[in-house]
Amino acid sequence: MAGELSGILEHVDRISELELDDVEPTSHVVELENVLRADEPRPSWPREDVLEQAPDPADGAFRVPSPQAES
Amino acid sequence: MGDLLELSVAQAAERIAAGDLSRGEYFEAWREAASGDELNAYLWRADEGPAEGDGPLAGIPIAVKDLFCTEGIQTTAGSRILEGHRPLYTATAVRRLGEAGAGVLGKTNMDEFAMGSSNENSAYGAVLNPWDCGRVPGGSSGGSAAVVAGGLAPCAIGTDTGGSIRQPAALCGIVGLKPTYGAISRYGMIAFASSLDQCGPLTRDVTDAALLLEAMQGRDPCDSTSVGIAAGIRRPGREDLKGLRFAVPAELAHDAIEPGVRAVFETTLKRIEDLGGEIAEAPLPHAEHGISAYYVIAPAEASSNLARYDGVRYGMRMETEGDVVEMYESTRAAGFGDEVKRRIMLGTYALSSGYYEAYYGRAQKVRTKIAQDFAAAFADFDFVITPTSPSVAFGLGEKTDDPLAMYMNDFFTVPMSLAGIPAISIPAGLAEPDGGGPQLPVGFQLAAPAFAEQKLLDAAYALERAIGFGAKPGGGADG
Repeated sequence: MAGELSGILEHVDRISELELDDVEPTSHVVELENVLRADEPRPSWPREDVLEQAPDPADGAFRVPSPQAES
Repeated sequence: MGDLLELSVAQAAERIAAGDLSRGEYFEAWREAASGDELNAYLWRADEGPAEGDGPLAGIPIAVKDLFCTEGIQTTAGSRILEGHRPLYTATAVRRLGEAGAGVLGKTNMDEFAMGSSNENSAYGAVLNPWDCGRVPGGSSGGSAAVVAGGLAPCAIGTDTGGSIRQPAALCGIVGLKPTYGAISRYGMIAFASSLDQCGPLTRDVTDAALLLEAMQGRDPCDSTSVGIAAGIRRPGREDLKGLRFAVPAELAHDAIEPGVRAVFETTLKRIEDLGGEIAEAPLPHAEHGISAYYVIAPAEASSNLARYDGVRYGMRMETEGDVVEMYESTRAAGFGDEVKRRIMLGTYALSSGYYEAYYGRAQKVRTKIAQDFAAAFADFDFVITPTSPSVAFGLGEKTDDPLAMYMNDFFTVPMSLAGIPAISIPAGLAEPDGGGPQLPVGFQLAAPAFAEQKLLDAAYALERAIGFGAKPGGGADG
């Protein structure tokens, strides 16, 4: 995969030839305005429904291996 | 029963509304057709039709790319990492189609996380092109294009980040529309590159594309980048192209286009002139750098979006003996396919300290230049036109070993995505592939200024009528 990635980067590098010093970057094409709403509590999904999708639910939470596994 | 399947969505909806066609019978006919899928195009099929209800699409079955979340129905994005995932909510686009009376007929196969141009990157196997089962349907919405072209669904929706609706529509001989960024809510669409992703219809004709767009478009409080199309979308009805100006980008015209594709493109230019349209070359000097900018920006955004798949909250997990980090790593190693890994690495590299300005920063500036090129063209022209894809459908496995050659499929579609403008691909004719073989469909792309969908659909409708593309897979001298 290293060879493939190098090939892609080589192609991408063509943009280094362009004169872009005074150009503004575009991160988004839509003019965005801030959207505000009242900070009111709303119901969320039931916990059990959410946990049903988890690979390893336990005690109403997501169980994961310990961050410090025994070695 | 066979006759029912010949109706366009607009025709079927009219008959259902008039009481001349039972929606149950119509949906059932399509369920039966869908059950004969030999293209590996469906990942899931519905057991029943929509509940009774009214609306402009009452009783219409729709095939939905498996990138759209559907409540309680498996949604995988073509990835092993989401195998068995059943979302808790439905994407806004799909919900709106449901509110218009339509029902989900099935979920369609796709390139994993919409990354691909051949549908060979699906964890659930490649989709076959109904015109020639040895060839790809295009991607990433390959399943959605194949079911419509192959008579397995009357219409479908997909997503387009750099060409993923238009290119498969072209390779399968159907209509594919990428609306303006922001026309349709992205809520519930599994994210690939959030500043580019946009939902759109894949249909048999331009009128059906307009019907689906009107049902889906609009502002959505769940997607702050959605703005909708203020005037709404009417059924297209234009008969000619008088007074309209079409730009052929000089820089894109001379690139490696197959002779057959070029011939169909040139015939289509004549048709535009016959309809009264005016054609001239226009400079689009930065469009040829679209692929470079896109393959920095899209992977960069993907590398951030895909960080959420960690085997903790949903989807699959690889159990390991080690710690939580090892679990993340094993899950991602087993859950993501090669192309997804390739793009995560590219994106992470492009965003890394020391390389950010050279790659991501410059790519964003190229994006500005491409958008400015289009703005300059649209000061003099109504549309920019190109072939949709440089080639007709290519063979399965032909480009899987050369990612860059695969990326070049998006050469004509990526610039519009970067500029956020709407573009449609309509079937323009048939051409023999390089190297010979039965004739395959060729797509013709028209692009318009942001939110000019009505004008785009009207022009595409007039051109569609003039072209009169009637070919179907398996029809004619040879399938």
